[in-house]
Amino acid sequence: MSARTIDSQGNALTYATIEPDVGLKAALAMSRADIIDTVSESGLKGRGGAGFPTGMKWNFCAAEKADLKYIICNADEGEPGTFKDRVILSRYADLVFEGMTIGGRAIGATLGIVYLRAEYTYLRPHLNEVIKKRRERGLLGRSVMGVDGFDFDIIVAMGAGAYVCGEETALIESLEGFRGEPRNRPPFPAVAGLLNNPTVVNNVETLASVAAIFARGTEWFRAFGTDKSTGYKLFSVSGDCQKPGVYEFPWGITIADLLKEVGGEGAKAVQIGGASGVCVPARDFARRLAFEDIPTGGSVMVIGPQRDILHVAENFLEFFVEESCGQCTPCRLGNPQMLKAVRLLEEGACPPRFLADVKALAETMTVASKCGLGQTSPSAFLSILEGFEDEIRDRAPSA
Amino acid sequence: MAAPQTEALRADIGGLVDRLGPGRASLVPILQDIKRRYHEIDAETMQVVAEALDIHPVEVYSVASFYAFLGSRPQGVHVIRLCGTLSCDFAGKDAVAEALRRELGVEFGETTADGQVTLEWASCIGMCDQGPALLVDDDVHTRVTPDDVRAIVAACRADQRRADA
Repeated sequence: MSARTIDSQGNALTYATIEPDVGLKAALAMSRADIIDTVSESGLKGRGGAGFPTGMKWNFCAAEKADLKYIICNADEGEPGTFKDRVILSRYADLVFEGMTIGGRAIGATLGIVYLRAEYTYLRPHLNEVIKKRRERGLLGRSVMGVDGFDFDIIVAMGAGAYVCGEETALIESLEGFRGEPRNRPPFPAVAGLLNNPTVVNNVETLASVAAIFARGTEWFRAFGTDKSTGYKLFSVSGDCQKPGVYEFPWGITIADLLKEVGGEGAKAVQIGGASGVCVPARDFARRLAFEDIPTGGSVMVIGPQRDILHVAENFLEFFVEESCGQCTPCRLGNPQMLKAVRLLEEGACPPRFLADVKALAETMTVASKCGLGQTSPSAFLSILEGFEDEIRDRAPSA
Repeated sequence: MAAPQTEALRADIGGLVDRLGPGRASLVPILQDIKRRYHEIDAETMQVVAEALDIHPVEVYSVASFYAFLGSRPQGVHVIRLCGTLSCDFAGKDAVAEALRRELGVEFGETTADGQVTLEWASCIGMCDQGPALLVDDDVHTRVTPDDVRAIVAACRADQRRADA
């Protein structure tokens, strides 16, 4: 079986310079508490988009007393415009598995599961080969790296085509054989996750970063980025630019500087964070990509001057109407209403009263939806209405 | 359907349950495998899977109908999924969509009359820097032009079985 991967262009990535398994060796020489302290000291926050402090998540799970615990690698990279996890899994799968192994040691898990999206099925043979080699080298299995009593293995489980399964509790439901419908929280997965056992769910890039942190140290990591957003981040850049691809930048880079690097100057807007993110107009390109300004999982879609901004909103809302799991009312009914409003605006025929109602509904969705999908799907809609008021108002009704 | 097919189906599902275990967590992998082999998860299949896992058939239907890569409707031997999300849209997915409609003679969501190819939209498939992109079964095609469509469709028509089925 040929192990196929697909690569992308971009700039040089730090991961290429990290020697595999140096970090794992360093971590296994530490106590479990020291491993978690190291992650906390690094300031690492979840790279999937939500930005939860990784050390804190591990600490919650480590504190639980249970015979079985799991660490799950969230490889359900479904946020529109995001493909950096595909590149990490293609080029640096060892670092991801290393991060999972370190996490497994820290929280006391014996099994790691990679939840790989169905659209990336072609990566499965490659990942299984890397896992097999790690078993052969004693980096997985019984007594990992000769550490007595530390048994840890990794398997790959396949998604079946549902954006919402990137949400960690929906992902767990899917692994258990149910519809990928998010759970009420609490309890959080760290307390009661897969099969009710304490479970950590981390993004692919978060886990690769863990391996890098243990290889190079927390001071090295903290030298990148800002105080509140430590380290570097991979950005998936697509759309109207000369050099789309996967780029690494320290947190805190301005949108303008990023656009310069990728040949995207002259853009009228940039969608940051995918369909669930925000649309930033050119006048705000001095803003920074960082948890303290614009947090993101790394999707950067460049929108050129020739594009119709309402078409952008329509594309995202079609996506959400398709991908809403339908479980909670605000999300199930709210997304189609936003789509209806955008289509009426495109025709220059949206009654102001209706638009005001839909905006109020969108605000309601952000607080009343059950999970991140419905809480964030209004972001693009609302930011486009606000940022492009003139363009939208001047819209001539089509004949 | 005729009894021998039912027997073959039962044997297949039995084999899958033996391999994956009789727990609920086996449901999605079983359905994925069935879908690959039979291109459909019909009512009878749901019944047999439900019996094997000791759950109600409606539970199987509920899961099958939830996931885009499962689904309860019959599909062709091959499924072409064109990415419809923004970056592929900017890169020209509409022209590729039109070429696919023309070449296959079906709309999105439909299967060719010979049961060979189903055409669908996909949500973002993570090829945003190389769009327009599409999946043929599990294989990715990037920077697809309308001119490429004829060869992609011809390959699907010529291949009577999925390589991985």
